[in-house]
Amino acid sequence: MDSTTMPTTATEIGVAARGASKVTARDVNVFYGEKHALKGVNIDIPDRGVMSFIGPSGCGKSTFLRCINRMNDTISSCRVTGQIKIDDQDIYDPSLDVVQLRARVGMVFQKPNPFPKSIFENVAYGPRIHGLARSKTDLEEIVNASLEKAGLWKEVKDRLNEAGTGLSGGQQQRLCIARAIAVSPEVILMDEPCSALDPIATAKVEELIYELKQNYCIIIVTHSMQQAARVSQRTAFFHLGTLAEEGSTNVIFTNPVDKRTQDYITGRTG
Amino acid sequence: MTDATFDAPTGAVRKLDFSGAAARARIKRRYRAETRFRSYGIFSLMLATVFLVGLISDILMRGVPAFWQHSLVLQVPVSAAEIDPAGTRDVATLRNADYAALIRTGLAAAVPGIEGRTAEKKLNGLVSSGAGDALRDLVVTNPSVIGKTVDIRALLTGDGDLYFKGVGTPIVERTVVGKATPSAVTGDIKITSSANDFALDVRNVKAELTKRASALTTEIDRLIVISDKTLAPRIESLREEVAALRARVDEAKTAEILDEKLPSTLVAINGGLVKVTSLRDTEIEGTVLVPLKTGAEAGPSAWKVVTYATPEGNRKATDYEVAFLEKLKAEGRVERNFNWQFFTSGDSREAELAGIGGSLVGTTMTLLITLGLCLPIGVMAAIYLEEFAPRNWFTSLVEVNINNLAAVPSIVFGLLGLAVFLNEFGLPRSAPLVGGLVLALLVVPTIIIASRAAIRSVPPSIKEAALGVGASKQQAVFHHVLPLAMPGIMTGTIIGMAHALGETAPLLMIGMVAFIVDVPKGFTEAATVLPVQVYLWSDLPEAAFQSKTAAAIIVLLMFLFVMNGLAIWLRKKFERRW
Repeated sequence: MDSTTMPTTATEIGVAARGASKVTARDVNVFYGEKHALKGVNIDIPDRGVMSFIGPSGCGKSTFLRCINRMNDTISSCRVTGQIKIDDQDIYDPSLDVVQLRARVGMVFQKPNPFPKSIFENVAYGPRIHGLARSKTDLEEIVNASLEKAGLWKEVKDRLNEAGTGLSGGQQQRLCIARAIAVSPEVILMDEPCSALDPIATAKVEELIYELKQNYCIIIVTHSMQQAARVSQRTAFFHLGTLAEEGSTNVIFTNPVDKRTQDYITGRTG
Repeated sequence: MTDATFDAPTGAVRKLDFSGAAARARIKRRYRAETRFRSYGIFSLMLATVFLVGLISDILMRGVPAFWQHSLVLQVPVSAAEIDPAGTRDVATLRNADYAALIRTGLAAAVPGIEGRTAEKKLNGLVSSGAGDALRDLVVTNPSVIGKTVDIRALLTGDGDLYFKGVGTPIVERTVVGKATPSAVTGDIKITSSANDFALDVRNVKAELTKRASALTTEIDRLIVISDKTLAPRIESLREEVAALRARVDEAKTAEILDEKLPSTLVAINGGLVKVTSLRDTEIEGTVLVPLKTGAEAGPSAWKVVTYATPEGNRKATDYEVAFLEKLKAEGRVERNFNWQFFTSGDSREAELAGIGGSLVGTTMTLLITLGLCLPIGVMAAIYLEEFAPRNWFTSLVEVNINNLAAVPSIVFGLLGLAVFLNEFGLPRSAPLVGGLVLALLVVPTIIIASRAAIRSVPPSIKEAALGVGASKQQAVFHHVLPLAMPGIMTGTIIGMAHALGETAPLLMIGMVAFIVDVPKGFTEAATVLPVQVYLWSDLPEAAFQSKTAAAIIVLLMFLFVMNGLAIWLRKKFERRW
């Protein structure tokens, strides 16, 4: 991105990010067959920062997240209307290669899902299929750097050839993050990345997110409002398939405009 | 959504009762049900084990002896005059010579002095007709043996072989006290003993006759009870027979005539063997089976009475054959060797020459064709249907029909093969190629179904992970889903192949049931397969083929075990790759 949106913008709150939004959604509707799962969502997501989606179960936040890398395409009954742009490029443009899109928009899933291969292979897979590395040493460099960025390097550097599935849950999730950043994405989508982890592993992943936001646009779906408050600069509250309120995390959690947001945050609905 | 309320529900509070009589009875009932279920399980498991052990041990007991074979070691003079009178050493001449005659010469040397057509025929009949062929091969490949005497291992015929495998007769030898004088050394002779050495035999015969008389009496009683007038003449004749038998038992002076329903009594004297035909206390008349060396008087240590306990009429080997075989065995001319030929030679009408080599090769070729066709087709079809095919009425139709195809009786595939592959495409009859094609039709649905199940069982999160880092659908499937599904696909494939291995019916339709002597050398040559070979042999009346059948079943099962073992090994190997 351009130089005007350097790290400082991410720490600033609110309007400043608008001019440099990474992902823009306009009137996005999602249908699962007959079911209208997401209704007219409009949102601007800034670069170099963390945006968290909160809301009760079934409110459409994961659905919207999966629209951003077109993961919903794998569900045959799913239909998306409206417009989602990344850097002014419509990602639902028929001429767009969905595989390239997914390389640009990485994803971390709810349950750690490393490939049943070695740690090295887990991270190397993405760069390899995209031809990112020119040589073996090049590839090793990418893998090492990714593991370093994911804060996993110290823990696994001596056992890169061991199974990725043999790591602990938290390590597996960080391995998945390393795998996602190995292909140098611009946006990283995280679908409840800590819901299967214990508090210590969660803390590590949150720390990692805090680090990563300096270089990536991170969108995280979470059920933990504390987590949203801790890691994100902006928060969007989804309710029954609509985007109820979106704004600076501080504002959302202290002084929400919408009654539904207020009820949810104070624990009266959920 | 309303605020949660924690008011207690109206009405009495229900408490679980664990101590009352009803509760105890309930618990007891539950325990009983659990115990009952466990005992059902153990019972059915034991039942299955008993059947399996029974089946396997029966087959092993019948079949294992067929893996060994007895042969005679003969010194055969390969006379140049006999096989190559012109001395050209021409291969064609050597091939056409009469080697059976040479074998006969060798046999005659081993059991000298045999005269008369019956005896000679019996002696020559001991050795398989394949012995001459073995000698031919030896001479043709190595003509330098002409003019020399060679040691030949001549296979015994099926019956002779079985004799040594315990389908013979118990042999009882008895020492004597008198001196015996034979009247001659060959032909029908008389032997007189100075003591009443044969009294015991006479008594045994009389006891046997008494038994026979009482059996007939029982029969007469049975017929009388029926009280049918038309049976009267039969009863009368039986009565006469009983009277005759009784008279024979009571009469002490006349000789007892032995027949084939009585145990055979023989006299071994002066190196020869005499089969007793008529018996008195001190004197016998008999036929010489093995000629005596001398006609001199023999002391008590030089002769004895031998009894073949099983009556000649109840066994395969005649007295002649038993006498010859026992003599050859005593001379150490009988060898027991592992029957390698069983695995290398093709089918034969002679039990001792028949082998499963042909059907083993045929089976391997057929299964190779089947595997080569149905593994790629089946797996690709499964991947396409499971991962890529759009869900619409057409794919549902295909799916339903794949399931139907798996349930089609195999004989139908045989008919299809006959109509399409043989008649329409003109492929050769009885060929492994066609067999493999037909079996592939049979196995493909199984493999598709198993592979789809294996692919479906791969957690979708793995595919999502691959898609998430920007792998295309095909990359995700081939790089991640397929390797994880591989163990399941392998298992399904091997189960399908095992199914194909045991399949007989469709192969009958395409002519793989023929009697094929040669081991096939190509995929289009006539061949047969193991289960069909078992089927063919099980039909034959010769006793020797019955054990061959069991032996072929053992080989078939071994083939199966090896294949299943391979499946387990592959599964483990692929599973270990995380």
